[in-house]
Amino acid sequence: MITIRVQTGDFDMAAELAALTAGRGDVGGIGCFIGVVRDDPAHPLAALSLEHYPGMTEQAMTAIATEAARRWDLAGCTLLHRVGRLPVGANIVLVLAAAPHRQSALDAAGFLIDWLKTKAPFWKQEFFADGTKRWIEAREDDDTAASRWQ
Amino acid sequence: MVRVLYFAWLRERAGRAEEQLTLPSGVTTIGGLAAWLRARDEAGAAVFSNPAVIRAAVNQRFAAQDVPIADGDEVAFFPPVTGG
Repeated sequence: MITIRVQTGDFDMAAELAALTAGRGDVGGIGCFIGVVRDDPAHPLAALSLEHYPGMTEQAMTAIATEAARRWDLAGCTLLHRVGRLPVGANIVLVLAAAPHRQSALDAAGFLIDWLKTKAPFWKQEFFADGTKRWIEAREDDDTAASRWQ
Repeated sequence: MVRVLYFAWLRERAGRAEEQLTLPSGVTTIGGLAAWLRARDEAGAAVFSNPAVIRAAVNQRFAAQDVPIADGDEVAFFPPVTGG
């Protein structure tokens, strides 16, 4: 089962885990990644604002999840991404990959977040405590991380 | 008509999130449309001042500069993605 969602509110980890594994006996492990809004001591951050391309985002996330299911033996995966204004400490993204064995679960979770960061149309803007703001630029090491799955 | 969408700082420089326009004669690709918009007005010049940092999609799929566009397409311009 593939679950894809873009939402403004936080996610309920226990509910997502329960939904992913409900009625299944073939799950031996679940790989998980949660992205969180991180502060920068050198330039204190108040919040991130996330925007996306409605329609294309869901298509891109579905394509990424489908590719993970093609590469690994998965019982299911969950990709949830928040948009809107998110303060320091807030959850941004949840990736869950359920598989019969741990290596598939962990590898698929790593693949899903690496591709999500480089192949889904989301953009982050930083709002600093001093009142300034800045669009975050894409990082070369994100591309490097994504390319290791080619 | 072509629907053109702008995201993130491109939207701010364009001063709008989207517009409808008649595909100008001679414009047949993403890159061609970007060049036409850049030459059209001051906002376009600001949006497309550095084409190398701009990404695009046609009908909600990532598309390179040389991808053809046609009447009825939805074309989006945006910076490299930064989600996750």
